[in-house]
Amino acid sequence: MNPWVRGLIYAVVITNVFLTITAWSIWFERKFSGRMQSRLGPTFYGPMGLLQPIVDGIKLIQKEFLIPATADKILFVIAPPLTVVLALGTAAVVPFSADIIAADLDIGVLYLLALGSLTIIPVWMSGWSSNNKYAMLGAMRAVAQGVSYEIPLVLASLVPVILAGSMSLSDIVRFQMKHGWFAFWPPGPGFFAFLFFLPASLAEANRIPFDIPEAESELIAGVSTEYTGMGFGLLYLAEYLHTLVISAVASVLFFGGWDGPFAPGLHWMVLKTLALFAGIFWVRWSLVRFRSDQLMTICWRYLVPGGLILVMSAGLWVHFTRGGG
Amino acid sequence: MEMKAHAVKGRRRANPYLDLETYDPEADLMVLNLGPQHPSTHGVFRLKLYLDGEIIVKVVPFVGYLHRGVEKLCEKLTMVQLVPIVDKNDYVSPMMNEQSLVMAFENLLGVEVPRRARYLRTVLAELQRIASHLLWFGAFAMDLGGALGGGATLFMYCFRERELILDLFEELTGCRFHYNTHIIGGNRHDVPAGWAKKVHSAIDTIEVRLKEYETFLTTNDIYIERTRGIGIVDGPLAMDLGITGPVLRAAGIDHDLRRDSPYHCYNEIEVRVATAMAGDCEARGQVRIAEMRESIRLVRNLIDGIPEGSLGSRKPIKTPLAEKAPEGHAYAAIESPRGELGVYVIGGGNNRGASPYRLKIRSPSLHVLACLPYILPGHSVSDAVAVLGSVDPIMGEVDR
Repeated sequence: MNPWVRGLIYAVVITNVFLTITAWSIWFERKFSGRMQSRLGPTFYGPMGLLQPIVDGIKLIQKEFLIPATADKILFVIAPPLTVVLALGTAAVVPFSADIIAADLDIGVLYLLALGSLTIIPVWMSGWSSNNKYAMLGAMRAVAQGVSYEIPLVLASLVPVILAGSMSLSDIVRFQMKHGWFAFWPPGPGFFAFLFFLPASLAEANRIPFDIPEAESELIAGVSTEYTGMGFGLLYLAEYLHTLVISAVASVLFFGGWDGPFAPGLHWMVLKTLALFAGIFWVRWSLVRFRSDQLMTICWRYLVPGGLILVMSAGLWVHFTRGGG
Repeated sequence: MEMKAHAVKGRRRANPYLDLETYDPEADLMVLNLGPQHPSTHGVFRLKLYLDGEIIVKVVPFVGYLHRGVEKLCEKLTMVQLVPIVDKNDYVSPMMNEQSLVMAFENLLGVEVPRRARYLRTVLAELQRIASHLLWFGAFAMDLGGALGGGATLFMYCFRERELILDLFEELTGCRFHYNTHIIGGNRHDVPAGWAKKVHSAIDTIEVRLKEYETFLTTNDIYIERTRGIGIVDGPLAMDLGITGPVLRAAGIDHDLRRDSPYHCYNEIEVRVATAMAGDCEARGQVRIAEMRESIRLVRNLIDGIPEGSLGSRKPIKTPLAEKAPEGHAYAAIESPRGELGVYVIGGGNNRGASPYRLKIRSPSLHVLACLPYILPGHSVSDAVAVLGSVDPIMGEVDR
C-alpha cells in the first residue's frame, strides 16, 4: 500500500480510537472515583450511566464560548485546539501491535519527548491570553513544572533506549520480546526508570498529585479559569488524552508493549495501557496535592540525580553484559 | 485561671501594617484578591494579598460579605423567637449557637435548668463537636488539594460519618440541621426510645474510622509536608488576639471552658483537654482529632447515665411571646468547636418588652481570622489556603 494512504488511514483510525477511549475514560474515572468515595457515580444516562460522555459533550458544545473583553483573542481561541493536537500527535508513534502503528519513526522516543514538552506552550498561551491573575499564576506554575520535569522524564526514557539500543518504539518492544520486559529485567534500572517515568510524565500532564497549575482550591481552575463551553472541554480532553498516551508509552517502554501470550498483540497493548491508566486514576483519587516549590524540590533534589544514576547503571549493564562498543 | 501551661515561644511576627514602599520600592508586587467568590475561602471572605512572585508580602482581610444583621434582629424579636435565628450563625454547629443563647437568657431570667436537660445538652454539644470537626477535616483535605482528587475522597468519607450524627439529631429533633431544640429552662425534645443504642453504634463506627484519619494525619508524607511548620500561631499572639479553641490549644495554651469554667454538666465529669506544642497547621489537626476522640469518650460515658426527671424547669408559659426580658445583663460562654462562643445580653425591662435591649455575640471565628495578617506573610498562595482552612472559620459566624 502507498505509505501516504496507509499513514492517513492509521491517523484517522488512531485519532478516533484515542478520542473515543478518552471520552469513556472520563466515564470510567467518574464511576471509579464514585465507588472509591462510596458514591454511585453517573447513573442517569444509559445503562450504568454509560452515555454520560455523550451528554457531557452535548452540554459543552451547547454552551457559549465566552471570550473575555481584555483577553488576547487569537491566542485565547487557538490554545485549546492546540493542546489537543499536540496530545494526539504523540499517539502517532505508539505501536499498538507489530503492524498497527501510524508512523514507525526511528527517533520515536525523541519525537514523543519533543511533542510532550511542546504542550507547555499552549498551556502558557491559554494562561497568558486569559488576562486573569489566577490563570497567569497557573500558567507560570505549569511552565516551571513542565520544564523541570522534562529532565527526569528524558533521563527515565533514556534507560530503555540504552538497553534496547534503539529510539524506535517498535524496536524497543521487539527487544523486550526477546530479552524480557525492562520493568523486570535487567533488575534495577528498568523498574526504577518506570518509577521515575510515571510521576515525571504525570507532572508534565498536570495530573494529581502534580496538578498544581490548576489547583482548584487555590487558583480556582488555573489556566482554564476563563474558558467556557468547548474551549474548556478541549483543555479537559487534552489532559485525559495526555494521560492515556502516557499510559500507552509507559507500557511500551517498560512492559513490553504488545508482547504477551495467548492473545493477539493488540489486546495485550490495550490491556496494559488501560491498567496503567486505572492506576493513575487510583493515585489521583487518593492523594492530596504538593505545593509548587516542594514539587520543584522533589524534581531537582531527587529525580534528576536519581535519573542520572539510572542512565549510568543502564550504560554499565549494557557495557558488561554485551561487551559494549 | 492559669493559662500559660507550656505555650509556644513567641516568634517573629509579620507586620500587618507593612508599608509597601519601605518593603521594596522597586518590587513589582501583584495584588491578588482571594475571594469573596473563591472555592476555598469557606464562604464569602476576601483576602487581599500582595504577592512578590508567589510569596505573600502583606495581607489585608475583609469581612462583612455575609452580614445579615442578626444582632439587630435580636433587638426586634422576642426571646423565644431568637433561637432559630441564631441557629444560622455557625452553620456547622447550630447546637452550640442555641445553647449559648439560651444559657444567656437563663442567666438573665435567673432560670435553673434541670439536671436531665443539662445532661442532654452536654451529649448534644459533644456530638455536635464531632460532626463539626469531621466537616472541618474534610474541608481541610479539600483545601490541601483535589476537589477533583484525593481531597474530595476524604471529604466524602468525612461527610459519610457526619451523616450518622445528623441522623441522630434528626431522630431527636425532627431537623437535620437547624434544630430549635433548646428553650429557656430546658430542652424541647425528649430522647426517643432506643436513641442511646443508636448513639452507641454511631460513635463506635466513627471511632473506628477516626483511626484511619489519624493514620492519614500521621503517616501521609504529602499531608505532613503541606502542614508542618506552616502558619505558626504562637501562644502570645493567640492570647493578644483573643483566639480561643483548637487554634489556641494547638499553640500550647491549655485552656478549655468545659474544664476551666464548667457549664451544663461538665462539672460532674472529667474533660481531658488536648493540646499540642507546635502551633502550626499539623498541630491544629492533631488537636481536633484528639478532641473528637475525647468527645466520643464523653458521649459514651454520658449517654447511658442521662438522669430521669423533667426536661424543663418551668411550667409551659401561655404567652411565651409576651415574656418580658428583665432589666439587667448576663453573659454566657460555651466551648464551641471553634472556641469561646459567648452571648452577652442586656435586658431592657418594661421599656423593651419581650426583646433584649442589646445582644452581642462573641464569635470565635472572627478572632481567629485576625491572626492571618500576622502569620501569612512569607508563605505562598497555596499555604494561605491551607492556613485559612486549618483555622476553620465559619463566615456566618464571623459576620452575623
